[in-house]
Amino acid sequence: MAITKEEVLHVARLARLELNDAEVERFQGQLSAILEAVGKVAELDLSDVPPTSHPLEVSNAWGEDVPHTSLTQDEAFANAPERDDDHFRVPPA
Amino acid sequence: MSAGIDTLRLTAEEALALVESGQVSSVELWQAYRDAINEHDGELHAFLTLVDEPDGSGIPIALKDVISTRGVRTTAASKILENYVPVFDATVAAKCRAAGMTLLGKTNTDEFAMGSSTENSAYGPTHNPWDLSRVPGGSGGGSAAAVSAGLAPWALGSDTGGSVKLPSAFCGNVGLRPTYGTVSRFGVVAFASSLDQVGPVTKNVRDNALLYRIISGRDENDSTTVDVPPIALPEGTDLKGLRIGLPRQLNEVEGIEPGVKAACEAALAKAEELGATIEECELPLSVEYGLACYYLVAPAEASSNLARYDGVRYGLRSEGVDFREMVMHTRHDGFGDEVKRRIMLGTYALSSGYYDAFYGTAQKVRTVIKREHDALFERFDVLVSPTCATTAFPLGAKAQDPLAMYLTDVLTIPANMAGLPGLSIPCGLSDGLPVGLQLVGPQFSESTLYRLGHALEQAIGFDVVPERLR
Repeated sequence: MAITKEEVLHVARLARLELNDAEVERFQGQLSAILEAVGKVAELDLSDVPPTSHPLEVSNAWGEDVPHTSLTQDEAFANAPERDDDHFRVPPA
Repeated sequence: MSAGIDTLRLTAEEALALVESGQVSSVELWQAYRDAINEHDGELHAFLTLVDEPDGSGIPIALKDVISTRGVRTTAASKILENYVPVFDATVAAKCRAAGMTLLGKTNTDEFAMGSSTENSAYGPTHNPWDLSRVPGGSGGGSAAAVSAGLAPWALGSDTGGSVKLPSAFCGNVGLRPTYGTVSRFGVVAFASSLDQVGPVTKNVRDNALLYRIISGRDENDSTTVDVPPIALPEGTDLKGLRIGLPRQLNEVEGIEPGVKAACEAALAKAEELGATIEECELPLSVEYGLACYYLVAPAEASSNLARYDGVRYGLRSEGVDFREMVMHTRHDGFGDEVKRRIMLGTYALSSGYYDAFYGTAQKVRTVIKREHDALFERFDVLVSPTCATTAFPLGAKAQDPLAMYLTDVLTIPANMAGLPGLSIPCGLSDGLPVGLQLVGPQFSESTLYRLGHALEQAIGFDVVPERLR
């Protein structure tokens, strides 16, 4: 299953990845080969098989509703590329 | 060697006894490993960050660099987290700290744990202590190489498709990928959340059980964790009553090295001598479709998890005229090729028009794999196979061919898709390189895997010290 150059660019845009021309070409070939291999799952008849999204059968993991200390604001901003008072500063949208 | 401590041979259990009896201080012990690191890590590159002061009263440990450590840089071997210093500990790191363990440093890995050779690290590969021209396996090659070369008494890795089991096999260590949900993922850099599981890398099986006891358990910060049954420390070698299944498709996988096959067969003969019964069985669909299933589910989850790296709250930020351009440049500059490939593959598998055909189908295949294993566990206690069809391969051998690299994990992936525990133990050498034997059991059967692993370890008498370091 081959993926076109346009599809590579479309997927990269969805994933917010800038790609240069050389990367588009390289990934196009590699992703085509990988998609060909993983497309194998289509061979199976799975009409009566339910999906598994999680390997354990657990549901509703409740915790006690008690207050606890969380990060301070300075800790939360400690790794921020750019801080502006109580905000993360980013370029204009 | 300092203070007469042979870090190459000392087990964690022995180290603990030395410290507890007061024969060696915690600081002396930490210093002995630090000296070993200073001597050998130049050629191995097992560590990405070293800690300069021991902080604790017990024995040392090394942690894979996807495990958040408060105040100690945690990069996931990615440029995008080059300067990231967590403000909190992962639950597993906190548990190690609470047990008194002193941190030696953070170990190398494939970027975001995506890879099978540690060559995808943004900071350069780790070398295999048995042969410096070969890979240590991946993704947790740093932890495995550190334990194997005596740079740490034990270490933690994380295993999504085989990232504890494979490097343990390639470096001659004991590595456990625990039952999904038994070890907290809180504070562990996320790759594929329905598969990621932290596990111990050790010199022997008892050390592994000791460390698994410490790190496992329900955690209110990870709602996928469950209560864990008591973990028995293995003793003795009696295997009477143990039913071993040999899945034909795993044991006769294409490309299996004769030396790997021979070492595994010799180990199985020992298991039979010790009283276990052995019978061939079948896992046709799990092996045939496991890899394809994994390479849809894991990248899909990764594409979602890695969306958080946007240059806003932490991590690298590149320049851009507007917000969108800043994000796109940041992700271009910060992620390596393998991570980009998996993000795109996962995004594609989840995108409109392809979701059902790829991700939806893969989730159904996951059910098929789980059922196939469940059926076998009605007849068997443990399924045994090689951990990998080959021993450690040369650096660079698969670096240009992503699919060939993916195939390295074909034997470890099926059990992972079903959330099953797997223990890799060294069972011999093939052309001078360690061979890993994979023991897989039903969920929560770690004590059984340890019982078999320990008995075989005693019977095989594998020397865990790399020949070139003896």
